[in-house]
Amino acid sequence: MEFPGVLGYWIVVVLMMTGFYIVIAHNNLVKKIVGLNVFQVSVFLFYIAMAKVKGGTAPIIAEGIVQYSNPLPHVLILTAIVVGVATTALGLALVVRIRDAYGTIEDDEIEAQENDR
Amino acid sequence: MIAHQFPALQVVVPLIAAPVCVILRDARVAWTIALVVTWAALGMALTILHRVLEGGTISYLLGDWAAPWGIEYRIDMVNAFLLVIVTTIGSVVIPYARASVEAEIPAPRVYLFYCMYLLNLAGLLGIVITGDVFNLFVFLEISSLSSYVLISLGKDRRALTAAYRYLVMGTIGATFYIIGVGMMYMMTGTLNMADLATLMPAVIETRTIHVALAFLTVGLSLKLALFPLHVWLPNAYTYAPSTVSAFMAATGTKVAVYALLRIVFTVFGAVDLLTVADAREMLMALAAAAMIGASATAIYQNNVKRVLAYSSIAQIGYMVLGISIASVTGLAGTIVHLFNHALMKAGLFMVLGCVFLRVGSVMLPDMEGLGRRMPFTMAAFVAGGLSLVGVPTSVGFISKWYLVQAALERGWWPLVVVIMVTSLLAVIYIWRIVEAAYFRPPRAGAVAVEEAPLSMLVPTWIMIGAAYYFGIDATRTLDIAVGAAETLLGGLQ
Repeated sequence: MEFPGVLGYWIVVVLMMTGFYIVIAHNNLVKKIVGLNVFQVSVFLFYIAMAKVKGGTAPIIAEGIVQYSNPLPHVLILTAIVVGVATTALGLALVVRIRDAYGTIEDDEIEAQENDR
Repeated sequence: MIAHQFPALQVVVPLIAAPVCVILRDARVAWTIALVVTWAALGMALTILHRVLEGGTISYLLGDWAAPWGIEYRIDMVNAFLLVIVTTIGSVVIPYARASVEAEIPAPRVYLFYCMYLLNLAGLLGIVITGDVFNLFVFLEISSLSSYVLISLGKDRRALTAAYRYLVMGTIGATFYIIGVGMMYMMTGTLNMADLATLMPAVIETRTIHVALAFLTVGLSLKLALFPLHVWLPNAYTYAPSTVSAFMAATGTKVAVYALLRIVFTVFGAVDLLTVADAREMLMALAAAAMIGASATAIYQNNVKRVLAYSSIAQIGYMVLGISIASVTGLAGTIVHLFNHALMKAGLFMVLGCVFLRVGSVMLPDMEGLGRRMPFTMAAFVAGGLSLVGVPTSVGFISKWYLVQAALERGWWPLVVVIMVTSLLAVIYIWRIVEAAYFRPPRAGAVAVEEAPLSMLVPTWIMIGAAYYFGIDATRTLDIAVGAAETLLGGLQ
């Protein structure tokens, strides 16, 4: 009874920490963006998991539907997904321009170049 | 009555004007639109502030959906004042922007600059005006995404990496915030701030709410650059175009401080949060560390924009210090400092924009002997710098006076020592620049420079002048700040 709900949250936590670790530990700017994505997706799952009502269906007024999941967090997450897409696009665009300016997308090499001047 | 729709129009007008700039694709038209929209926003903000002062809190229901189900814009003294701060800074910066932006941003991209500025303005105003925690997140992201773009428009290639690092840290901050919002929603089933405040006492003892609070505080602290989460700020302010530095330093972090105020004193207003969670000592220690650490770092910088960036981190320390004291005087100090610091920091960054336009650099050695060659510009720097130090008759003095009083009321005199030490450190980092500009001859081979154009000099002096006007006659700003502090501490009205 308890188990599936708790499992959902465990998945969220594992994904969140994986994404966070990638952002901190990886040297490659594109991989950092990917990590950021994993991190954000874990939050989407968190909202979706919390809205789920066991045995509930979609919130439609119709014969035989008595219990439904909370639709509000789903809608909120639609907004958050859009924000996430925009952030990814902007991040990758910046990476392209960084590569044009520095000739590399490795964080340590960029830092070495910055400290040279 | 159109005036009743001002709360919505305040955000919607800049939001719609932004894509219009992109469609028209013309730098001059875009600048005109930005100017008209910002001034209109200032007019609306002043009207709203007037209405709040006369008639108390305004509640505006978007699309007439009843709160707490619909999104509510709830405006009391605090956010009415913040709206005025943000739009005032915008109204003075935009006339200044024209010459500065033309010189620093390639001509084909200038109209995009104004588009991003308008989006940023819409986002900041949205954060301030909304009474819904999720709506706040959306506006937070609108303002953040546009500010990443604005920073990356800087000439130096390091602007790109600064924008990238800010993007990564800013996104983590915003995501932390939204995790906290999710947890609050789990426990209370509402996103409306006023509604959350009434439901919070019943669930305050649960671990979910404690974790939510931690996520909210850390997320917002990243956004407002509280020490030690400030590492994105110095490069972002240093390599952004001058206009962007002036606008962002004066508004971006202030609005994040406001969001923290809202969470701590409105959403968690019914519980004495700072005592319950031991948050007070933590915030106070971080604020003191920011004030002393960042001021000391500022002394060793050779790039003058970077000096001001570190000084901003120290000033954010002052604001958080006021929050951690959590008395009417302390909060009034914080709120009035939001306004005062916005004036002087915008003014100082605008001075550096003038210097950059004429000299092409804001490195300390390049500014040697500048006092004689650009007298009006550098005089503005001295005036602004003195205000940053906190000389009487300047706004910096008013804020520090209030914070010192608040600390003494509680008998916490070590905080007074911290404030004094920070002021002395400010004397040192401002003096280094004054010394270079006035007491050293220009370096051999320095190009001849003339005074900055009037279109930039006049807005700069308006900003610096305001920093002294509100320092000499502070009754009006202080009345509002004290009223706002009482509103916050009174919890729900």
